[in-house]
Amino acid sequence: MTLADILAGVIVAALNAYVLLAGADFGGGVWDLFARGPRARAQRDLITHAIGPVWEANHVWLILALVLLFTCFPPAFAQLSIRLHIPFSLALIGIVLRGSAFAFRSYGGQRDQIQQRWGGVFAAASIVTPFLLGMAVGAVAAGRIGEEGRGGGGGFVSVYVTPWIDPFTIAVGVFALVCFAYLAAVYLTLETTDRALQDDFRRRGLVAGVAVMVTGIVALALSRGARAPLQEGLLGAPWSLPLHVLTGAAAVGALISLWRRRWRWARIAAAGEVSLILWGWALGQYPYLVPPGFTIDNSAAPPITLALAIGAIVLGGVVLFPSLYYLFHVFKGRAATS
Amino acid sequence: MPDLLAARSQMGMSLGFHIIFAVVGIGMPVLMVVAERRWLATGDEIYHELAQRWGRGTAILFAVGAVSGTVLSFELGLLWPGFMRLAGAIIGMPFSLEGFAFFTEAIFLGIYLYGWGRIPPRAHLLAGVLVAASGALSGIFVVIANAWMNTPAGFEVARGVITHVDPLAAMANPAAFTQTLHMLLAAYAATGLAVAGIHAYLLLRDPSNAFHRRALAIALLVGGPAAVLQPISGDLAARQVARYQPAKLAAMEVVFETERGAPLILGGWPDLDARAVRYAIRIPYGLSLLAFHDPRAEVRGLDGLPRDEWPNVPAVHWSFQFMVALGTYMAMVALWAAWVARGRGRREGGRVLAENRWLMRALVIATPMGFLATEAGWITTELGRQPWVIYGILRTKDAVTPMPGLIVPFVTFTLLYCFLGVIVAWLLYRHIVRSPTVPEELWRVVRTGEWSRKTGDA
Repeated sequence: MTLADILAGVIVAALNAYVLLAGADFGGGVWDLFARGPRARAQRDLITHAIGPVWEANHVWLILALVLLFTCFPPAFAQLSIRLHIPFSLALIGIVLRGSAFAFRSYGGQRDQIQQRWGGVFAAASIVTPFLLGMAVGAVAAGRIGEEGRGGGGGFVSVYVTPWIDPFTIAVGVFALVCFAYLAAVYLTLETTDRALQDDFRRRGLVAGVAVMVTGIVALALSRGARAPLQEGLLGAPWSLPLHVLTGAAAVGALISLWRRRWRWARIAAAGEVSLILWGWALGQYPYLVPPGFTIDNSAAPPITLALAIGAIVLGGVVLFPSLYYLFHVFKGRAATS
Repeated sequence: MPDLLAARSQMGMSLGFHIIFAVVGIGMPVLMVVAERRWLATGDEIYHELAQRWGRGTAILFAVGAVSGTVLSFELGLLWPGFMRLAGAIIGMPFSLEGFAFFTEAIFLGIYLYGWGRIPPRAHLLAGVLVAASGALSGIFVVIANAWMNTPAGFEVARGVITHVDPLAAMANPAAFTQTLHMLLAAYAATGLAVAGIHAYLLLRDPSNAFHRRALAIALLVGGPAAVLQPISGDLAARQVARYQPAKLAAMEVVFETERGAPLILGGWPDLDARAVRYAIRIPYGLSLLAFHDPRAEVRGLDGLPRDEWPNVPAVHWSFQFMVALGTYMAMVALWAAWVARGRGRREGGRVLAENRWLMRALVIATPMGFLATEAGWITTELGRQPWVIYGILRTKDAVTPMPGLIVPFVTFTLLYCFLGVIVAWLLYRHIVRSPTVPEELWRVVRTGEWSRKTGDA
């Protein structure tokens, strides 16, 4: 295992944290949109209350993954930025609108009508953004954007549009969205002691959990059209069968725990399930960063940059993890919800 | 619109938008912390109210700053993949460190905003201090990366290939210190004087308002010294530019011909074809004296450069002069305020400041100046580096993405930011006009009663 491998692993770990934390914040937006019934207002309040103190910190995992990517693997970052310009730009608009709308709603409006309007923007942006980010991941996994060269040849559409829009990437986009909504529903059961609200999100969690399985299988089936590395990795490698079994076990375990109202177990199992899926993708395309042209090895920055990046991560981690622990201890600890 | 121009416009617009929020994100936490510290020290409930209200205003601005900063970090690649491919390994280091600093800032801002009454008062104050410190650190790291683009260091170029990469030497580039100092002072001066200006406006209408008096005093305490020190740091920065970025200095001061004992040129219309400045005020030896602290020093002019390596001379010259003029005004007003409040205690100082109506008017005028000066300063340094993205190493046109049709994202993000700008301005306006109205005289009566009991519990 090289230094570059370790850093690629750190980037995946940061993405994993982004998916588990910010992903759930996006999912909160989904349930904000689908708030229904006599407790619609209470559901929205719960979501706002749960996201408020942590969403900005959760969002930074994406920035961390991004800066580590361009520091440690500059050519791969450049390639991604060129070929995925459109989905990334659209996702950025979503990120801007979602964050601003949430802040405007929380700190700005006091009249109900204005709150609702920002709530609508917040919810819509929470749906569009994960979908686009999922499509981008799908396009990378399918090996459609990693050809060598600067993306010349072909016309505008074939270089900048079609690589990230097709049934497979759409399936991955939907899958990402469903995963986020699932995580949010499961976490939200722990944010309240109100039995009726817990049951609202239990029901949503069960539906979303089944949807994760269905869309996951659809995406996997469609990946047959994807290029070799991912396909071989996901289905052929020695670790792939145990990984699939473990993921399935986590999925079933999460649903059973939800059914039996074991909220903490459900949270662990659901987070484990989604993490295993993410690592499955990462391992499946190892050693490629952006297949087929960019591997960890051929995109890596000089060793000194990598070594210093490790140093920065260790140094940053010493500050970051205790701070994060304190944040979640204050707002998400046992004392906070009871 | 050509793609290169669209990309530059989008980057400039994104930076120009974000920097307002970045500056506020660096400055406001300091104001909040001072107010909270005074509340804890004196038990004066107005300071508590002040810290909370400033916190709520900051939350909106910080959120917009966080998301517009995310846009910028993506845009580095979306618009300038050629730059990132070359520079990522060299200058990614400060960006990575900034990632961690920003993380710390976001974490403790969450704790600060939502933690009132949930954590012990001292822990809460400490969270505020950490927001202020990590905010400043974020700014420092980002500006170090920008300084590297102006004075690249920490690598060697052999036949077009980058070798001997040394990210630490890149961070310690010649412009790093002067640029970060200048930016940090700008953040405190701009925020402090803007807040002072807003409360000065409200004090003109209601001079005895205890809330605004305290707010004004704290804002001046943070912004005033920075505004006074800024010209000194500007001198350091300008001398650094004179040494390492002669083309930028030549554009800032419209020096067409290399000469000894160059005059300082104020205002004027640069005529590029005639290579002369019309209608300008000239101060003999002024430029040599300022740039090198030697009236006979040689200042290199644009004549040493091929025409296609000239920056946009009028734009750089005027934005630089505009910045200097605004900075000078701000330093003068800060000195005036210090003179008015000299030797007085906290409460008495607040009174004499609030009752000096001409000073209040001068402060109201200064409200937007720090932000305008910051924008003008960035236009100076960024346009002054053109046509290079990495000075002397990589041209901007060679760094831009091959994707066509860049006018579309430029227009889209411009509209998005205009929309957000209007909303933010409106929300802040509403937030400010709802300020409490407690007359100072009445306040002393109230304080001895109910309020002080409340603070005793807190």
